[in-house]
Amino acid sequence: MSEELYKEMAQSIIEGDSDKSVELAKKSIELQMHPLDTITKGFVVGVNYIGDQFGKGEAFLPELVMAGEAMKAAVATLEPELMKLGESREVMGRVVLATVEGDIHEIGKTLVGTMLSASGFEVYDLGVDQPAEKIIGKALEVDAHIIGMSALLTTTMVRQREVIEELDKEGLRPRIKVMVGGAPITKDWFQKIKADGYSEDAIGAVKIAKQLVGKADA
Amino acid sequence: MSNKNIKTIRDPKLKLDILSREEVRKIHDATLQIIERVGIKFPSERALDIWEENGAQVSRESKIVWVKPSIIEEALRKAPARYPLAARDPAQDLKLDGNHVHLGTDGCGVEVIDINTKEKRTSCLQDVRDIARVADATEEVAFHWVPVSAQDAPTQARGLHEVKAVWENSTKHVQTESIYNAKEAGAAIEMAAILSGGREALRKRPVLSLMQCTAPPLAHDGGSIDAALLAAEAGIPTGFMTMAACLTTGPATMAGNLAVGNAEVISATALLQLAHPGAPVFYAAAQTASDLRTGAYTGGGPEDFLFGAATNNLSDFYNIPLSMGSFATGAKEPNWQAGLEGSLSTFMASLVMSDMLLGCGFLHGSRIWSYAEMMLDCEIFSIIEKMMRGIEVNEETLALETIASVGPGGHFLAQKHTRRHMHDLFLPQFLDRRPYGEWERNKDDARDWALAKARRILNEHQPDPLDEKVDREMNRIIASVENA
Repeated sequence: MSEELYKEMAQSIIEGDSDKSVELAKKSIELQMHPLDTITKGFVVGVNYIGDQFGKGEAFLPELVMAGEAMKAAVATLEPELMKLGESREVMGRVVLATVEGDIHEIGKTLVGTMLSASGFEVYDLGVDQPAEKIIGKALEVDAHIIGMSALLTTTMVRQREVIEELDKEGLRPRIKVMVGGAPITKDWFQKIKADGYSEDAIGAVKIAKQLVGKADA
Repeated sequence: MSNKNIKTIRDPKLKLDILSREEVRKIHDATLQIIERVGIKFPSERALDIWEENGAQVSRESKIVWVKPSIIEEALRKAPARYPLAARDPAQDLKLDGNHVHLGTDGCGVEVIDINTKEKRTSCLQDVRDIARVADATEEVAFHWVPVSAQDAPTQARGLHEVKAVWENSTKHVQTESIYNAKEAGAAIEMAAILSGGREALRKRPVLSLMQCTAPPLAHDGGSIDAALLAAEAGIPTGFMTMAACLTTGPATMAGNLAVGNAEVISATALLQLAHPGAPVFYAAAQTASDLRTGAYTGGGPEDFLFGAATNNLSDFYNIPLSMGSFATGAKEPNWQAGLEGSLSTFMASLVMSDMLLGCGFLHGSRIWSYAEMMLDCEIFSIIEKMMRGIEVNEETLALETIASVGPGGHFLAQKHTRRHMHDLFLPQFLDRRPYGEWERNKDDARDWALAKARRILNEHQPDPLDEKVDREMNRIIASVENA
């Protein structure tokens, strides 16, 4: 019975069907299945499958994002049950994401957030135009492992350096690692501001984040 | 009459109808529905005030406006169909009249392949100067964009240093896409007025134009909107560029993506007309499809080429000039991909007579400036300019007498008719037509010759300097912004 259900759960993720994944999550609660089993034996199998397919070039970015959204919806449905049991699912790490002050461009950052949550990170996305103190404050509040900052303009990317300098001043690094991204961000810039990680796209960002929390794929 | 040291596509024989009138109408109707029902985000108090005064529904909280079609359509009718882009040298003033295609440099990159070391490095103010100087001497370049970011200049006045650097090194028109807040825009207008000899002179002959990017989907940047409103007030030509891309910031379908981009551009254009009726405005676009695997901005590819041709149908429908992104490529060096993407995008955008093309010089999705790429792009533009003239058929070009005098089995090399017309034929600078053995000696190619040409110009070309007094006044304005 539950084997069948696990398969359906994985399939709902593969098809990127959030309605279906939520429906199945609710059903598992009715059936009093353990929410951690539901996640690891059901939904995660789907995420891993689509990730593999993507790696082989047989699945594409929209499918990956839809799978991520379906996964997020299912986990959100199960979260209250986990709380009741006093348990939490194992997360890869906690990440605070933001577009820096003065900048309103966020599609790349949002995509990174989706990819990270689909890969098992707990993501706190603060949105756009975020000053250093807000970003750092949130990171301290949630005990984040990583801060990820985005910028699209050469006039705003300097804010990434300000956040890093502030973290250094407060002695918060290397406890908190810093990832940077955005169209004008180059390897030179990443090295110059002494960030910990940088990627040119959302897929790469997941790999970097895993490395930064010491859980890199073999 | 042609401009001094500027090659422009004009009086074309080739043409292309990519969208029918009915299809354009459908995109327009869809656009109006989007603006009225979905709304557009204008995060600028000034813009929200204007919308409210003109009867739009406004949410101060979400900064979204919903506007009735009649308001948009009526506002757009006030935009002038033609006006000039003036240059420091009046002999280089450009006509935006639907019968000219002018090529500009592209912008705004963050790295440069150094002209001497050939190594990639972060862009700086001296690069802006050097590129402007090379473009000043290059006939295919009709006007400038700020090509790369002056990352060694203070951020609060960076856009001003960049514009001045171009004016110092070229007499051609300057369009900047790197001034996106009211403070810098106000200062840039002051600088332009000094160059023109006053506000009224600037209005008549705008030596500066402004391009603002939209923030797709269906949103604008507040600073950009405020800057554009100031420019429109001063009579400085202002355009909004959408880069809404299939898959990420726009629907996967091309028609839907055109509608999203169009909604961004015409809503902002209408806003400028409501605030300053009759202000010179232009349509700008560089739409493309995001990469299916990475979601990256590509620039290039068949969708890009089709957008390049379709957009002019939209700007023609609104009867305003178009600035069209072309020559975009994802290539990392001047190579097969760069040539392919540059050629097809520019050919398609030229066939429909886009008024301005942006532009030459970039690799890797408009991030990395390459002088070799710039020169190679210019040669592509020259080839397309030649093609656009088509084939002239008349008594002289049919050459019957000459054909008769050569007769079967002769040759045409020594004919007077040949001497008269040999220079009608295209003379390439960078196409390799040498004997194999000659190539084999150095195995050099177009890239080497293009780079050598750019180096030669940079070593030799001295542009007309800025008047000393103008220079001082500009420095004073920049300093006042820097020290504010």
